[in-house]
This record gives sequence, C-alpha cells and structure tokens, in this order.
Amino acid sequence: MLKDITIGQYFPGHSPVHRMDPRMKLLLTIFYIVILFCVSNPFGFIPAVLFLAGCYMVSQIPIKMIAKSIKPILPIIIFTGILNLFFIEGESVLVQLGPIHISWQGIYTSVKMALRLVLLIAGTSLMTYTTSPIALTDAIEQLLSPLKVVHFPAHELAMMMSIALRFIPTLVEETDKIMSAQKARGADMDSGGLIQRAKALIPIMIPLFISAFRRAEELALAMECRCYHGGEGRTRMKQLKYSHLDFVALGVTTVLLVIIIILNIIPMPFLNWLL
Amino acid sequence: MVITTEHLTYTYSPGTPFEKVAVRDVSLTIESGEMVGVIGHTGSGKSTLIQHFNGLLKPTSGRILLNGKDIWGEGMNIRDVRFNVGLVFQYPEYQLFEETVYKDIAFGPHNMGLDDKEIDKRVHEAAEFAGLSADLLEKSPFELSGGQKRRAAIAGVIAMEPKILILDEPAAGLDPRGRNKILNQIRDYHTHTGNTVLLVSHSMEDVANFADKILVMNNAEIFAYDTVENVFARSEELKKIRLAVPQITNVFHRLLDDGLPVPENVYTVPYAKKKLLQLLAEKENAHA
Repeated sequence: MLKDITIGQYFPGHSPVHRMDPRMKLLLTIFYIVILFCVSNPFGFIPAVLFLAGCYMVSQIPIKMIAKSIKPILPIIIFTGILNLFFIEGESVLVQLGPIHISWQGIYTSVKMALRLVLLIAGTSLMTYTTSPIALTDAIEQLLSPLKVVHFPAHELAMMMSIALRFIPTLVEETDKIMSAQKARGADMDSGGLIQRAKALIPIMIPLFISAFRRAEELALAMECRCYHGGEGRTRMKQLKYSHLDFVALGVTTVLLVIIIILNIIPMPFLNWLL
Repeated sequence: MVITTEHLTYTYSPGTPFEKVAVRDVSLTIESGEMVGVIGHTGSGKSTLIQHFNGLLKPTSGRILLNGKDIWGEGMNIRDVRFNVGLVFQYPEYQLFEETVYKDIAFGPHNMGLDDKEIDKRVHEAAEFAGLSADLLEKSPFELSGGQKRRAAIAGVIAMEPKILILDEPAAGLDPRGRNKILNQIRDYHTHTGNTVLLVSHSMEDVANFADKILVMNNAEIFAYDTVENVFARSEELKKIRLAVPQITNVFHRLLDDGLPVPENVYTVPYAKKKLLQLLAEKENAHA
C-alpha cells in the first residue's frame, strides 16, 4: 500500500543531536560541508570521517541508514570517480591506452572526490534524520529573516514549505483512494508496456490535480477567514532557543576545522609526488 | 450471483505499531438479487469489508467466494471479479477524469474490452438509470452540479452491468432532494435489473426505506445480519452500540408506552401515516 511510504527521512529520537536547535544543526551542516572542501591533505579526511562517525553514534541513528541515503546517488559517485580516474593528468602514469591513462594522481583524485561526496551526503542526511521537517522549516525561516530588510519573503517561503510537507500524506491517501476507485472500474495499472502504463496514469493524475487545486483554494480561503496576513507581527508557539548543547557542538566542529587547517599547513614532503 | 465470506479477517499494517484489525472473522452470505443495507459507525469496518467483495483488498485470512468460487483462487482473474461486483466509492465524483461525461461513463465498459456499439448502448442505459439527460453526456464532467457529478460517477459503474452493485454512502453530502433522487434511482435500478445491491449508509431511515436486509457492523465484527424487522426489533441493543432505530420507530415506541394501540413494527413514514389514519378512522367510527 502507498500508505507505508515514509515522508521525509526523519528518524524520531531523543539524543543530544535530536535536541539541538534546528538552526544550529543547519548552520553546522553547512559548516561541515565547507570544512570538507578545505581538506587538501589526504590525512585530513581521517578527522572528518571520525567526526561524522561520532555524530552518528551520539545521535543513535543506525549506521545502515548511511548506506540507505547514499544508495540513490551511487551512480553519480561512480561516474565522477571513473571520470577523474581516466582524465586527470599526472606524471606517474601507470597505464596508457591511447588518450586514456591512469595515473597515481588520477586514482588519488577519484578516491578523494568519492569520499568527499559520501561524507557530504552522510553529513546532510544526519541533519534530516534528526530534524523533523517542520523544525527545519522553522529554522530556515529564522535564519533567513534578517533578509526581510531587503524584502526577501522568508516567512512566505517557510509557510509554503510547511504547507507542502503537510499535504504530502493527504495527497498520498487521496491517490490511494482514486487508484482503488479506478481499479474498481477495471483500470489495469500493473501490466502492459511503458506507454500503456503511462496512459494508465491519466485516470489517476487528473482527479489528483483537480483535488489538489480544490484543496489549495479551500486552504487559502480558510486562512483568509482566520485573518492570516503573512509574517508581520506573528508570534510562534514553539520558540527556538540555543542551549549549551548547541555551543558544545559548535565548539567541536570548530576544533575539527582547526585540525584540518593544521594538517593542511604542516609540510609533508613525502606526499609531494601525489599533489 | 451469491457472495459468501468465510472467516474473513483483515489487518491494516500488520507487524507495525500501527497494526489494526479492521474486519474480524466475518462469515456471511448475500443471496442473488437482495437489497442489503450496511450500517455501522465510522471505523466499524464496513468500508474495509466491502472493498473485499470486489478484490480491492486481499483478506489477511479467510476467503471470499463468488458463486462458490474463491476470488483469490487459481484460475480466477481479479479484473473479471471487479466487472461482476461494481463498487461505487464514497464521494465518487472525485474519480471523474475524462473530457466528456460520455467518455467517463464508457471508461469501465472500455476496460472490459467491449465493442463501440455495446459501449454506446451501455452508456446511454446507465445514464438513464442514473437520471442524466442525454444532453449532459457531451458536457465536461467538471461543468456539472454536485448531484449530477455524483450520478455520472455512479453511472460509470452501472455501465459495467455488474451483477452485484455496492454503493458506499451514495447520498453523503447531498441536499435532501438530491438524496431522495439518488436513492430512488438505486431502488429503481434494483427492481428493474434484479441485481444484488449493497447500500452502505449512516442513515437508519434510508436503510429502512430501501433495504430488505440489514447488516450491522460494530467494532470490526458483524453485530446483526437479518431482515429489517428482526434487526429493528433489537432496538435496545442497537442503542447500546449507539446506533438508533429510525426516528419514526422511536415515535411509535413512545406512543406504545403511552398505551396507544399502535403497531410496534413501523419503520417508514408512509407506513406510519397509513397506520395512524387507519386508527383515527376507527376512532371516529367508534364515536359515531
């Protein structure tokens, strides 16, 4: 049944990572991504990996969830890996086949790129695993609110995101109902070629779109009836507050950055042939 | 066509924290040509039960037999079952999708693989049964009024000429006139074709007016499955599960309590009127 699909990736829990302020989590995730791109020394990846592994341990998210989040982008990782492997110019060539050649530099760069991508995905996934979508939209709204000075619609953007998230389960249920109704009229959705299957979607998509538009209109009307007029002067039920946890996390991440910068600066002559 | 269920049980999301038994150990037989009213509170399992009759849901355990054959058994095509057992969902107007009403009604027959001539005949017949005039057939379904949309959607199922027609709350959300129109048309359909009709409803009045038998569902189980008279005779028990007998029956029970010589088995307003006029005439005769 369609009902069994999970919405978002949120993995409820009460770990310190879960309890952190979503704003800080969002900022630290961006921070971590920046740090990943600062790594220029191969040993720099060791603290980066250890840091993320530690975060996963604290958050009590099962490690197999990392595999789950990387799976969809595996083709991209492999593709970039192969491209780098064959097309990076290097002096210490190992294999030469016409224009294609494999060098130590190529191997190093492709491994580095793959590792960086994996850490990138694992890091951002940790945030979505430990933060509910609603908390995340709140965080985005708060973080973007300084931009209101330049008339950036931060509140509206966040409202749009929360409405979209709110209606995913509703629309899933609706799809389920419409599918049953059309199946009851003998619609065949499980057999036939690609074109036939695409055609079989029409009796589902059209009623679904119509009901989505109808719902949007009803929701707009209901919001207006309750005098909704945007973000101006609106208070919120859940106030976001930074706690000591957030500053500990910020401190640990800063230490990671310092370690990586130090590793970048220390001269390592034995690596020169690689870089 | 006879529908039989044997120890039918259905569990939603088994093995998860959301596990819920929606239908528990239901065994019943619906004979050919019967008009059965299905009644029960929200969540009593009636919608889940009827979705088993045409194979939209597969029982967790137990069997459903159509003319003695297991619909999930070997050599059975579930689509054929769906053509024989037509199911009209609640708010069926939300399933309309074609450019014209005609094409939408033709969707079912078209899926059955019928030729154009037969489809044309069925569409017109179904539209007539549902009370849609011929000029509406070429309109877009989205131009129709709420009641007309509802009837167009019902026509879409009737056009498959199912031997068994199941309607889930066909009158929900309509005004009293629209209600009566649809329910009368369903009754006419039943008398004309002699097909089995199952009518799911919240309204005891509707069921009393139209059905021969009543199936009462309560907490995923059958509470009662009997003739209208026998079910309403258990009015005290029905009250315990917070289902009421028709209002007119209540009125007559109160009259009885007050010592008036009225009959006990009054379920519809026209019958009540007839009985009361009879009594008044008798009284006048006695005075004269």
